[in-house]
Amino acid sequence: MSIIVNKDTRVVVRGITGNQGRFHTASMKAYGTKLVAGVTPAKGGQEVEGIPVFNNMRDAIAKTGANTSIMFVPARFTKEAVLEDIETGIKTIVIITEGVPLVDEIEFVAQAKKKGVTIIGPNCPGIINPLLKIKVGILPDQLFSPGPIGIVSRSGTLTYEIANFLSKAGAGQSTCIGMGGDPIIGLDFVTLLEMFRKDDETKAVVLIGEIGGNAEEMAAQYIKETNYPKQVVAYIAGRMAPKGKRMGHAGAIIMGEAGTAASKIEAYAAAGVIVSEKLSDIVKLVNIK
Amino acid sequence: MKLFEYEAKSILQNYGISIPRGKVAQTPEAAAAIAQELGSKVFLKSQITVSGRGKAGGILAAANPTEAATVAASLIGKIIKGIQVHTLLVEERLDLKEQYYASITVDRQAKCFVALASTSGGVDIEDVAKNTPEKISRLKIDPLIGLSQAAALKMLEQFKLSQEDAAIFARILVILYKAAIEKDAELVELNPLVKTAQGAFMAADARMTIDDNAMFRHPEFAERSLKQEEDTPREAEARKQHYSYVDLDGDIGIVGNGAGLVMSTIDFVQIFGGKPANFLDIGGGAHVEVIKKGILLVMNKPEVKAVLINILGGITRCDVVATGVVEALKAAPVKKPIAVRMIGTNEKEGQEILRQHGIEFYRDMDKAVASIIKA
Repeated sequence: MSIIVNKDTRVVVRGITGNQGRFHTASMKAYGTKLVAGVTPAKGGQEVEGIPVFNNMRDAIAKTGANTSIMFVPARFTKEAVLEDIETGIKTIVIITEGVPLVDEIEFVAQAKKKGVTIIGPNCPGIINPLLKIKVGILPDQLFSPGPIGIVSRSGTLTYEIANFLSKAGAGQSTCIGMGGDPIIGLDFVTLLEMFRKDDETKAVVLIGEIGGNAEEMAAQYIKETNYPKQVVAYIAGRMAPKGKRMGHAGAIIMGEAGTAASKIEAYAAAGVIVSEKLSDIVKLVNIK
Repeated sequence: MKLFEYEAKSILQNYGISIPRGKVAQTPEAAAAIAQELGSKVFLKSQITVSGRGKAGGILAAANPTEAATVAASLIGKIIKGIQVHTLLVEERLDLKEQYYASITVDRQAKCFVALASTSGGVDIEDVAKNTPEKISRLKIDPLIGLSQAAALKMLEQFKLSQEDAAIFARILVILYKAAIEKDAELVELNPLVKTAQGAFMAADARMTIDDNAMFRHPEFAERSLKQEEDTPREAEARKQHYSYVDLDGDIGIVGNGAGLVMSTIDFVQIFGGKPANFLDIGGGAHVEVIKKGILLVMNKPEVKAVLINILGGITRCDVVATGVVEALKAAPVKKPIAVRMIGTNEKEGQEILRQHGIEFYRDMDKAVASIIKA
């Protein structure tokens, strides 16, 4: 069993003809992902890395049976592309693009929810499953290894960092998801914890959070109320961040008293979740067996 | 980007919200002239975007033009909550009957906009929420439907306003939502929204925060977005160069790739007893020039004694980073100690470049941090 991606995942790359699109298409393909199509308006008919490019999503799906898309589309065109994917029947959409306006994110996340479509991101590194060798994202796969630990994160580089620590310690990963650094994102901690709960491959979950919003507090509440059956270890970046300043991610900002690391740590403590003060300590805290 | 009160009011007036008569002044003479023109008692309101400016003495009254000039002289140049006042909004003083509250803001958890209304305006809305929650009405707005007059009326029902007042209040909420969507605002707030003795509804104060990510479709804010009030001079410079940079008050410069990793590095330095001087994320896949200029931005900050660079190579290549580090050191007017922690893509090539130039590097974050704190 697995979450979000599986052996039937057939990926279409949006923006495959751009630099980023090309580079990561090659990387995803080499890792083992079933890449079946690319879409770039007005560039249909060519091939990138041996993958056929179509003008629009409808053609790509009709010809290749694609069911999952990954976006390297500029921020100003992202909403249109996501809505087209939802409309034409794509079931999972991974949005790598950074800088998508909030109003657009609110609209397509709502539309996806209505149509039962899963969105990961925006402003995220995507998803990797080292057991099945599937990557729909930009994660450096050499740092990941197969095993029983699930990772859910609001940060790309911290996901890589922790996967690297875990892999070196012999603790491989089942599925790792970077949820994205924006205030409005598709999948969140609670939904992913729910998925990992039912995933036999996953024995423990690492939650990498940061300041801003209350996603960690909601996760803590869910863990407590549902008596979560698997070990959860958490980390929070930005303990020392000043109030009112955006720390790189659009969503990483303390507004008034809301979104502080202290509030998140307290919520986790109340839910019995272990919080690692240092990134490198996570390896010692996760129960590897 | 937070707009000044006068900017927010001007936008909302175009949407049909009534505002008090007034103009902005940057000198006492101009303030007196506006007071003269208004022919009434006035308020002189410091145009700064930090909240609580009223309590901090940033809003003062004047009875006539002469007094307006004196009050203006005392406000212009004054530092309020760390921000210097350059501009005043000189406005007619209204004869108030009621003070309400109306806003549209984003609910991150519900992933939608929410409308907030209260009959207790003119005070901090978070205090109202804490002390008299029955005086606040909150409505999550379905992004696929929007906010209708009927829905807005329904959320106001609990306040038992007259039919006429409720209709006006509801219409204002509908307008605020329209403005939020069209102007890409994360927040549109009228606090207070007043009802005058004459029965008119007016925005006595207004705040708007525009989504930085939406600037590409708002050329009207292009120039304004380069001079955000809350930016320090170095932050403003970084914004121009498209860096994600925040000033902190320590002496260890921090450069890294990825917002989470940089935040984590800052936390780590503090755990080890050091004081970070800044946050700088050079982003993913940075080129030599971007890395070089980023390092220089940090190294040239006078307070910085040493620089810690933390890179996890994914799309970012370690050899490119190493070249950027070497170039930055060549170009730096004052060469300060530097420690590089670097792992990932092209790690060996990167380490070789650093070794050739005698620059310290580490694979381990603990050791890199320990070394830079001693530097």
